[in-house]
Amino acid sequence: MILMETVKDDGAYGVATTGVFRTPGMWYSLKAYTFAIEAGNLMQTSTNSEFAVTLTDLTRKFDGFVAVNHISLDVRKGEIFGFLGPNGAGKSTTIRMLCGILEPSGGSGTVAGFDIVREPEEIKKNIGYMSQKFSLYEDLTVEENIDFYSGIYRIPAERKNTRKEWVIDMAGLAEHRKSRTSTLSVGWKQRLALGCAILHEPPIVFLDEPTSGVDPISRRNFWDLIYHLAEEGVTVFVTTHYMEEAEYCDRLGLIYRGELVAMGTPLELKTRFMAEEVVEVVCDRPQDAMEHVEKLPGVRHAALFGRGLHVVAEDAETAIPAFVETLSAKGFVDVRAEKIMPSLEDVFVSLIEARDRQVAA
Amino acid sequence: MKFQRIKAVAKKEFLHVLRDPRSLVLGFAIPMLLLFMFGYALTLDVDRVPFIAWDQSSTAESRDFLSRFTGSRYFSLAGSTDNYRDIERAIDERRALMALVIPPDFGRRVGSGRPAKAQLLVDGSDSNTATIALGYAEFIVSTYSQKVALEEFRRSGGGTPKPPLVVEPRVWFNADMLSRNAIVPGLIAVIMMVIAALLTSLTVAREWETGTMEQLVSTPLKGPELIVGKLVPYFCIGMIDLGLSLLVGRYVFGVPFRGDRPLLLFLSIIFLLVALSLGMLISIAGKSQFVASQFAMVATMLPAFLLSGFVFPIENMPVVIQWATHLIPARYFVTILRGIYLKGVGLEVLWREALLLAAFGGVFFMLAVRKFRKKIVSD
Repeated sequence: MILMETVKDDGAYGVATTGVFRTPGMWYSLKAYTFAIEAGNLMQTSTNSEFAVTLTDLTRKFDGFVAVNHISLDVRKGEIFGFLGPNGAGKSTTIRMLCGILEPSGGSGTVAGFDIVREPEEIKKNIGYMSQKFSLYEDLTVEENIDFYSGIYRIPAERKNTRKEWVIDMAGLAEHRKSRTSTLSVGWKQRLALGCAILHEPPIVFLDEPTSGVDPISRRNFWDLIYHLAEEGVTVFVTTHYMEEAEYCDRLGLIYRGELVAMGTPLELKTRFMAEEVVEVVCDRPQDAMEHVEKLPGVRHAALFGRGLHVVAEDAETAIPAFVETLSAKGFVDVRAEKIMPSLEDVFVSLIEARDRQVAA
Repeated sequence: MKFQRIKAVAKKEFLHVLRDPRSLVLGFAIPMLLLFMFGYALTLDVDRVPFIAWDQSSTAESRDFLSRFTGSRYFSLAGSTDNYRDIERAIDERRALMALVIPPDFGRRVGSGRPAKAQLLVDGSDSNTATIALGYAEFIVSTYSQKVALEEFRRSGGGTPKPPLVVEPRVWFNADMLSRNAIVPGLIAVIMMVIAALLTSLTVAREWETGTMEQLVSTPLKGPELIVGKLVPYFCIGMIDLGLSLLVGRYVFGVPFRGDRPLLLFLSIIFLLVALSLGMLISIAGKSQFVASQFAMVATMLPAFLLSGFVFPIENMPVVIQWATHLIPARYFVTILRGIYLKGVGLEVLWREALLLAAFGGVFFMLAVRKFRKKIVSD
């Protein structure tokens, strides 16, 4: 499977157009390539890199607790990179280090070609950051918040109004431009926060759980905005703990307990990273069926899914006939079983369990 | 430093102040309250000390002596008595702070030119007032003795009386000896210190608490730009407070102003910057509004009140404390204010204080800038 993606850049990095072919396993080779660059030229600059973000062994400890543990990854320019993991996995800590607002305890990295330890202020000129907690001024109006960040980013006077109108239009806040931010709904606040973070048209944006606490429709709208940015060549690094949002990303990193447990496109994750296979079992009384299925050898676990069951088994080939046979024998009717592609959730759960077993052992 | 960013910060900080009634109260109502409260209540003058008299002599001489007290503006007769029980009760009930007991032989002794005694009982529970009242009483007694001595001299036929040595005291700069004239200028220093430091002590800490700082530190905004921008509105509040204080001092309390107004303005600006930078430093170091405001109180209010010389003379303090007062910026500004206000002196006298204030301001500002880091320290 080969995907082709075109990354456009308006010159902020100095690259005109690059084509990137993506194949399963591609990022391994790309990674090797990055190492080569780093080894050959430590003072690499933004102009000759196709990566918006590179990280090597990034680590952060808090009083002995390791929040981020040797994370290495690369994000290509123009990509929507999703950082998926449960709360407390280290997503925010990583993103803060990338934005230059948190000192790493170890490891290295670049954002927009600038070193995250030595050149955080250069990074801050090239990024937009939206923190997890709403961080605009509640006692200021929509327009006042935009004007404030316009001033902070030193948007030239002649572009100021255009950018302001663009943000208001993008966030759909035309009617609320004079409203105090405190009166807005969460969805609106998030869009305004995004608008303020990209007023200066940064080539990279970091969004830390931008849609938490937002209703599904607002969430969908927000993702439309993200796609829109990506279309314009902006690199989007977004964290989330919603599985369905993870599907929208070009590539995903799965983070658990401060460690990167898997990385790839959503499809790669579903096809390559799961040791077990997933079998969908459809029958009457699925709840009762679950008990019997879980007792069978080679079955890791089963869960209710729609009108049937999703069963994680070591080997689908042997499991499918066993399911049909056992359930039919127990009096279940219309029993059907087939191997299906696992959902991201299946993959994530399987990887986490594998990791927990590893830790326990 | 970029002007555009400073302007943006100053503008939004103005909006915060205007929309937060608490900061308006803190910025304007509290200073005026302090000024009126202390201007009226904190007076060190002792006037019309009520006293009770027991004239056991009841002679022309004793009545003459007594009238020297009753006729003075420092004492007022609260009653007469003929026993100590009444005196005790009057002092207990605070109807009188003092009692004058003239013994039966007073008239006879004075008349015959022999030394006479009178007893003065003073309520020592308020030692300050007691000391001052005693001072006044001694003055009255000594004038009376002089008069008696003169008469005696004349009567004994000594020809023209030789005038005894007369000291004519003259008080400069505060001719009326009103403590208010010294307190009001000093109070301006205290008010500016406390208000400026308190207001600014909240501003950075609040942004860390609400999370808005996390957004700010991810932008190219620089520390000094943020600090200067944030100081602008509080600087304006401080200057308005100064203007109000000067007006109230002049028109409500009638404190004379003898010095150079532009000089006062110039030095006030320096002092205000000292106070604001200190508040900013506290806010940056404190991180939480509670810690910062508590610390600002302790670090500014107490020293400004106790160690600036505004009420309590520095010369009377133990030597160690006197050294410590050199670390209190308000001390220098109290000296400056009194110098300009009451003495009308200029920089030729006050340059040392002015330089020290500028140095304090510079140090506080540099520390604030150094201490402010565009990093999240802990979660």
